Amino acid sequence: MRLYFQQVRAIIIKDILVELRTREASTAMLVFAVMSIILFNFALRLRVDSLKPLVPGILWVILVYAGTLGLGHSMSIEQINQCIDGLLLTPSDRSVIFVGKAVSNVLFTLLISLVVVPVLAILLDESLLQPGVILTVIVGVIGYSGAGTLISVMAASTRAREIFLPILLFPLAVPLVVASVIVTSGFMDAIPWADYGSWFGVVIAFAIIFWTAGVLLFDFLVEG
Amino acid sequence: MLDALNITKSYGMRPVLRDVSLRVTKGEFVAILGPNGTGKTTLLRVCATLIKPEKGQLVVDGVNALTEANRARAKLGVVSHHTLVYPDLTAEENLQFYARMYGVSDVCNASSPGSDTPIDMVLRRVDLQHRARDPVRTFSRGMVQRLSIARAILHNPPLLLLDEPYTGLDQKSAHALSSLLNELALAGRTVIMTTHEYGRSLDGVTRAVILKGGKVAGELCQDISAERIEKLVG
Repeated sequence: MRLYFQQVRAIIIKDILVELRTREASTAMLVFAVMSIILFNFALRLRVDSLKPLVPGILWVILVYAGTLGLGHSMSIEQINQCIDGLLLTPSDRSVIFVGKAVSNVLFTLLISLVVVPVLAILLDESLLQPGVILTVIVGVIGYSGAGTLISVMAASTRAREIFLPILLFPLAVPLVVASVIVTSGFMDAIPWADYGSWFGVVIAFAIIFWTAGVLLFDFLVEG
Repeated sequence: MLDALNITKSYGMRPVLRDVSLRVTKGEFVAILGPNGTGKTTLLRVCATLIKPEKGQLVVDGVNALTEANRARAKLGVVSHHTLVYPDLTAEENLQFYARMYGVSDVCNASSPGSDTPIDMVLRRVDLQHRARDPVRTFSRGMVQRLSIARAILHNPPLLLLDEPYTGLDQKSAHALSSLLNELALAGRTVIMTTHEYGRSLDGVTRAVILKGGKVAGELCQDISAERIEKLVG
C-alpha cells in the first residue's frame, strides 16, 4: 500500500513538474476561462437585465470546458515519446496511473477555479464566494476529473482524440453539471438545504461511481 | 530466464505471431532478427507484458508473466524505439520518477557521504552524468537512447528487452550503444534485442533467432554473420 501511494505521488509530482516547465495546460485553461467569462458577459446581457440567475450555469460550463482542455493535455503528455508505455511497464497496479492522473487533473482544474470563481463573483454575483459553493466546486471537479480521466484514456488511442474526448465525456457529465448547478444555486440563493440536499448527493455519487470505475476498469482500458 | 511457449497473436483477422516459442537462458544475448512486419516488435511487447497473446505461455525468471504481470515487470528493463522519457524534464528528474515507480529506494541519497546516489551511478554508467540537470529535449538521439537504457537498468532487472535500439543512431552513437550493451551482457544480464540491421548491431550477440512471417524460421548460435542471416531470412 505504501508503494501504491508512493507511485501515485510520483505521477502527480511528475505532472506538476512538466506543467511548471511548459505552462501549456494552465495557460490554455486560464485564457480560455477568462475569455469565456468576458464572452458570456457580453453575449448574455443583450437579452437579460441581470446575469445573476445564470451565474451557476456559466460557472459550470466554464469549468467543464476548461477542465476538458486540461484533460486532453494531461493524456497528450503521455503520448509524447510513448511515455504511457513507460508507465505500463512499471510493476505497479494499473489503477495507480488512473489515480495519479486523475488527482493531477483535479489539481489543475481547481487551480483554474481559483481564478474563475472570484472573477465571476466580482463581475456578476458576489454570493458565489461562500463555503457551500466552494465545496460544491471541489466535489464537482473531483467527479468531473475522474470521469474525464477515464474517458480520455479511451479517446487517447483514437486518431481524433481531441474531438472524441468531449463527444464521449459531455453526455456522461450532464447529470453532474445539472446537479452541480442546482446545488450552487441553492447555496447562492440561501434556499433551505432540504430542497436541494439530495442533488449534492448526486454530485458525490457521480464522483464515487467514476473514480471506482476508473480504479476497476483502467487495466482493461489500457490492455493491448 | 525467459520461456515463451506457443505464443500466438493476431490483430483483427491478421495473424502476427504464429505459435512462436523462445527460450532464453540466463546470460544470453539474443538478437531477434527479420524484415519489417515479421512480428519482432509484437513478440517483444508480449514478452514485456504490454500486450497479451491469444494463446501461449510466458514465464519470466520463474514468474508466470500472464497471471502475475506486476511481478514479472519488476524483473524486466525495456528499451523501445520510442524513448519513454519526458522531454521537458531533466535526465535526473526522469530517472527519479521511474525510480519511484519501480520502488527503488533512496534514489536521491548516497550510501555514504561523498559517494554517488543510485541515479548518479546509472547516469555515469551511460556517460550522461555531465548532463544530469539538462532537459531531455536538448539531448541528441544517441543521448536520449542512453538515457532510456539508464531508465531500463535503474531497478537492476535481470532481463533487458530492447526493441530496435539502433533506430536513428549515427555510427558513433551506435558504436557507443553496442559497447554499453556488451558491457551489460558481460556483467551477467540477459539481453533480448530485436533489430532489422544485420551488421553492427550483432556485436556480442550469442544467439540469433530469425523470425519470418510470424514464425521462427531459424536460429544461429555460432558464426553469426549478416551473410548467414540473409540466407535464412531469404
